[in-house]
Amino acid sequence: MPEIYLDNSATTRVRPEVVAAMVRVMEEDYGNPSSVHRRGQAAEQAVKAARRAVAEVLAVSPEEIVFTSGGTEANNLAILGLARARARQGRHLITTAAEHHSVLEAFHRLENEGFQVTYLPVDREGLPDLHALAEALSPETILVSTMHVNNEVGAVTPLEEIAQLLNQRKPRPAWHVDAVQGFARLPLLPYRLGIDLVSLSAHKIRGPKGVGALFVRRGTRLQPQLLGGGQEAGLRSGTENVPGIVGLGVAARLAWEERAEAVAHMSKLKARLRDRILAEIPDTVANGPKERGAPHILNISFGGLRGEVLLHALEERGIYVSTGSACSSHHAPGSHVLAAMRLPPALRDGAIRFSLAPTNTEEEIDYTVECLKEIVPELRAVMRRR
Amino acid sequence: MPGLILARYGEIGLKGKNRWLFEEKLIERMRAALAGCGVEGIEREYGRIYVRVSEDVEKACRRLTRVFGLVAVSPAVSADLDLEAIKAAAAAALAEARAEGHTTFKVDTRRPNKSFPLTSPEVNRALGTHLLRTFPDLKVDVHNPAVKLEVELRERAYIYWRSLPGPGGLPLGVSGRAVLLLSGGIDSPVAGWMAMKRGVEIIPVYFHSFPFTSDRAKEKVVDLCRVLARYAGRIKLYVIPFTDIQKALHQGGPDELQTILLRRMMMRIARRIAEREGAVALITGESVGQVASQTLPSLAATGAVVDLPILRPLIALDKEEIIARAKSIGTFEISIRPYADCCTVFVPRHPETRPDLDRVARVEAGLVDPALIDAALERAEISEIEDESTEEGSWEA
Repeated sequence: MPEIYLDNSATTRVRPEVVAAMVRVMEEDYGNPSSVHRRGQAAEQAVKAARRAVAEVLAVSPEEIVFTSGGTEANNLAILGLARARARQGRHLITTAAEHHSVLEAFHRLENEGFQVTYLPVDREGLPDLHALAEALSPETILVSTMHVNNEVGAVTPLEEIAQLLNQRKPRPAWHVDAVQGFARLPLLPYRLGIDLVSLSAHKIRGPKGVGALFVRRGTRLQPQLLGGGQEAGLRSGTENVPGIVGLGVAARLAWEERAEAVAHMSKLKARLRDRILAEIPDTVANGPKERGAPHILNISFGGLRGEVLLHALEERGIYVSTGSACSSHHAPGSHVLAAMRLPPALRDGAIRFSLAPTNTEEEIDYTVECLKEIVPELRAVMRRR
Repeated sequence: MPGLILARYGEIGLKGKNRWLFEEKLIERMRAALAGCGVEGIEREYGRIYVRVSEDVEKACRRLTRVFGLVAVSPAVSADLDLEAIKAAAAAALAEARAEGHTTFKVDTRRPNKSFPLTSPEVNRALGTHLLRTFPDLKVDVHNPAVKLEVELRERAYIYWRSLPGPGGLPLGVSGRAVLLLSGGIDSPVAGWMAMKRGVEIIPVYFHSFPFTSDRAKEKVVDLCRVLARYAGRIKLYVIPFTDIQKALHQGGPDELQTILLRRMMMRIARRIAEREGAVALITGESVGQVASQTLPSLAATGAVVDLPILRPLIALDKEEIIARAKSIGTFEISIRPYADCCTVFVPRHPETRPDLDRVARVEAGLVDPALIDAALERAEISEIEDESTEEGSWEA
């Protein structure tokens, strides 16, 4: 049976170059970067090189990169750290209804601490309502947090337009962008747009799990959320995850180098997958933007089916996809993103997310479509008999 | 630390001529539960079983708390039937209690062996005086002591001050074998446990409808069996591939009867497994009126297809009571994981609550090719699931 992995927004397979670099650093540069001796220095050098690689993708300085345990911690540190540091300047925060749980839960925590949070509605395509943003902004607003690419439907937030809105404001609120799904795939230039904080994760770009980073623009004050030895410029105490960080550096560098080709390839595959499904399988709808869509995420509702059943039927043929986002699959109520997009419940239940990696092929896409063409009518016959 | 364990059993003691059978089975179960604990000897006396272990006594006691038939388990010390020896042993036991911070005690003596020259109150007094002299910082409190030092005068003297409650019931296996219909929900594991408690060895069967139910649902059932295996040592689980049968029922049968038809097929398959395994009953987690398929007419309709007794230990329990039991057994947290079982896949919109037996039989005729049932049994995945737990119980002083 073939193995066709189309769940790359949940996580990706680690690339061999990353594995090799990580193994090398575990075996040789095993020192603690904080140690004063030579072993420590070698480890510190390895971390530094990774910091440069990540900084290069964002066109920022290496000192502005703080390594974390992943996207969740980066989002938590950005949101909790900034709001708690600036609590005296204002108590109002803005985010969108379609953010990842690691963002939404951080805001819920801040609400409990007495902050007021505006959750911007999103439209049918999953894009935030910018009029609502303009209206919500007030002199009390200290932080705006928006995602770059939506993990469930691939909507790409129009960051330039948000930048224009924010840059007119005085005092200007801090701006955090959760770039976990777009990092090293779509260009994101914090200095050009005036973004203060950017979260990213290694395992979405074929790096290891358990490591990520937060870009913290020079001069942005954050309250650290972990206390200890003061590593990572005091913002993230704890001995550095050296192998993970090295893996992130290699993954970021390679993803960035191969970006143009990868994006072109994935866009082509995504278009093929979408067009063929919509044309060849009746009662299917693509969720998410037609134009402003990420090249690697495709969300499709199959009318009359439960997404989970289709997922398992595909799994039987060696094809791996997901319903909603992998993280929210643990929550019974279903996708908050599709709900925020006002998708009718029947279509929400039948939604499947296909997410691509540069390594997927046209043959895999065609095989997937052929399987869907067999499975979907079969399942519908069973589930829709009456 | 090596040492002696005193295990007390309850109901078995009330049995008549075949009591020894129950005791033999109980000892067999205790031996199995104590594998790896260095059992050096097991002896029984009326109402008591004494176990000497060379390994950790505490660990051995905890293992025994999952042996059906036992009502309490205590680490004990023993002494010759001689007052001075008993005093020394009692002081050793109380020293342990004192080391754990207890400050008041009381001595409670029983004297089944009437050949011992002192009466129980006399022994209480003699030991109390000796202990107060040995530990001047401790006090006697006859009404509400922190430590009740129990002294039993039998062929030897046994002294203990703390115990763990056992599950009670009858030794597993004395009541024979039954097949448990296990779904992964809250009820059926509790039903299985309750039958086990009455000495019934269970063979669970789970009906798997991939892709309509996920492999995580199956994993959940395996995890539930692991919890039940804590009380049984090991559990033999049947996983029956059910998709084809379910599809056939769904495509041909009327909507409102789906669950009834499904349950009848499950009963038939469970019956076949029972035959193969030498089981003499089926067990379900049904409770009267809980859902449409558990009204009395529905139970009659599902039960009509088998000639074995169907045990329904939860039949008169409320959901809240079942949940409380599931929590104490340790199955609740597993049961509430959000993966659907096959009964919830095609829930009819308006399920029949008073199915007519004739009509059910009529629509069922020819719906499922008997070859499908044979094939499902042939493709059954059978696994032996063992206890892997390391968790601990809590002591009652």
